[in-house]
Amino acid sequence: MRTPLPLQSLYSFYRDGFRNMTVGKTLWLIVLIKLFIMFAVLRIFFFPNYLNSNFKDDQSKANHVRQELINKTK
Amino acid sequence: MNLLDASLVDWSRAQFAMTAMYHWLFVPLTLGLGVIMSIMETLYVKTGDEQWKKATKFWMTLFGVNFAIGVATGIILEFEFGTNWSNYSWFVGDIFGAPLAIEGIMAFFMEATFISIMFFGWKKVSKKFHLASTWLTVLGATLSALWILVANAWMQYPVGMEFNPDTVRNEMIDFWSILFSPVAMNKFFHTVLSGWVMGGLFVIGISSWFLIKKREVDFALKSIRVGAIFGIVSSLLIAYTGDGSAYNVAQHQPMKLAAMEGLYQGKAGTGLVAVGILNPDKKSYKDSINPYLFKVQIPYMLSILAYRDANAFVPGVKDIIDGGYQTPKGTALSFEERHKRGKAAIQSLSDYQKAITAKDSTAAKLHKAALKENYAHFGYGYIDKAEGLIPNVPTVFYSFHIMVALGFYFIALFALVLFFSYNNKIEKKKWLLWVSLWSIPLGYVAGELGWAVAEVGRQPWAIQDVLPVQAAISNISSASVMITFVLFAVLFTALLIAEIRIMLKQIQKGPEAH
Repeated sequence: MRTPLPLQSLYSFYRDGFRNMTVGKTLWLIVLIKLFIMFAVLRIFFFPNYLNSNFKDDQSKANHVRQELINKTK
Repeated sequence: MNLLDASLVDWSRAQFAMTAMYHWLFVPLTLGLGVIMSIMETLYVKTGDEQWKKATKFWMTLFGVNFAIGVATGIILEFEFGTNWSNYSWFVGDIFGAPLAIEGIMAFFMEATFISIMFFGWKKVSKKFHLASTWLTVLGATLSALWILVANAWMQYPVGMEFNPDTVRNEMIDFWSILFSPVAMNKFFHTVLSGWVMGGLFVIGISSWFLIKKREVDFALKSIRVGAIFGIVSSLLIAYTGDGSAYNVAQHQPMKLAAMEGLYQGKAGTGLVAVGILNPDKKSYKDSINPYLFKVQIPYMLSILAYRDANAFVPGVKDIIDGGYQTPKGTALSFEERHKRGKAAIQSLSDYQKAITAKDSTAAKLHKAALKENYAHFGYGYIDKAEGLIPNVPTVFYSFHIMVALGFYFIALFALVLFFSYNNKIEKKKWLLWVSLWSIPLGYVAGELGWAVAEVGRQPWAIQDVLPVQAAISNISSASVMITFVLFAVLFTALLIAEIRIMLKQIQKGPEAH
């Protein structure tokens, strides 16, 4: 009998594991929907990184934050 | 600060609080139930008793439900840092980034790797390898918590960094002092133990339900015993780490301690309020109105807890604002003095930049030195009135006292369950079974209140003494924060409903189905 390669074993381990899931299938569906909402909707449309979106490099980000810190006392 | 700014800060804080509190509904059970199922699997491997395997698989399924629904909910907090709190994120980037990166790379991947072996590997790997995977999954989850709590502790007690005015960032100079700061270590153990208590409450509560229903009695009796032993050990240890938390708060966040106790006027040999009702007529720290309508104190206890000395002076809100009392570091400065020094630090930051632009290296050096000298008071420059230093006292006071009362209640509950369990009378004590079942939500309440004490109590600071929330906020519209607040409320509520429904279904199926 041929010994399965490590990658084949790994593949069949996960394949069998996913096939035999019961409640796990529902949970995976919830996880995938949740991750889609979080990363494909909320992250992109509602939560842009403020500094990355408005400033090109670290120096301009630092300058902005410095001005914010100085101006917020006034 | 104008009304729009206040609205933006309040909505951003409310959003962060809501996200963190929902996230914390999932985390403690993962931490606590994970250890309990690992203990049960260890008993299975040691004894070969199939009942333990059955119990392990049942609790592991509930662990899996909770883990799957809760996983990645904490990432939303990182979204909020980048969008709503960009000044803060930049200001602390190097320090906050390191623990979170380690958490993402090491702990999360450890969890992700071993959790699949834990769920898929029952018939594929040896008993011992499976057991090791279960423990490593739990260890991964706990290490995740470690790095996040280290980052949080740094905000409460910023150490191991130096502010660089060129990059406008706090740069890490001593990783180990950040990791092993007394606040970080205590916070880690206290928080993880709160998860363990939650796990104990969950297991005795669900096991009680099986006993009430007279279903799966052997399984329930075995589980309830493990849950009660684990719960009582955890709840005693959490009382110990709670004492450590209060001690750390006294040393580094005296205003938070004053709010926790509703203490406005300090004195030597201060008692601890065991039970109390605050006086709603107390409107200002300056007025002479008694802050309590009613209180029962344990004499000298607050001085002992805070400074390990029955006669130590514990400063109240007014003392902290007025300054002048003695601390281990010397005479406490007044708010006025710290405000002046904070303003000077911010002015030095401005002057330093002007000197750099003018290529005046001598002036730059002088302003940099002045900034360094006053940096410990930097955040006070943003707070115009002394009242701005005081957190919401009733929220902190009641959160703290209810949390502590629940802590003692849990000790008594676990002790009673354990006592009747060892006397083989637990099945007949219907009232105790019902009490155990309905105590499950109280574990969540205690955990959330603990976070309220920690986070509301440190207001107005995003970083203690260095950056208040109004300076940490991004220049964005409060309307966008309101919209995302509602979106998160809907998303998290849907997840919570899904969790409860799936969990109840699995519980009703019982251990035979797993």
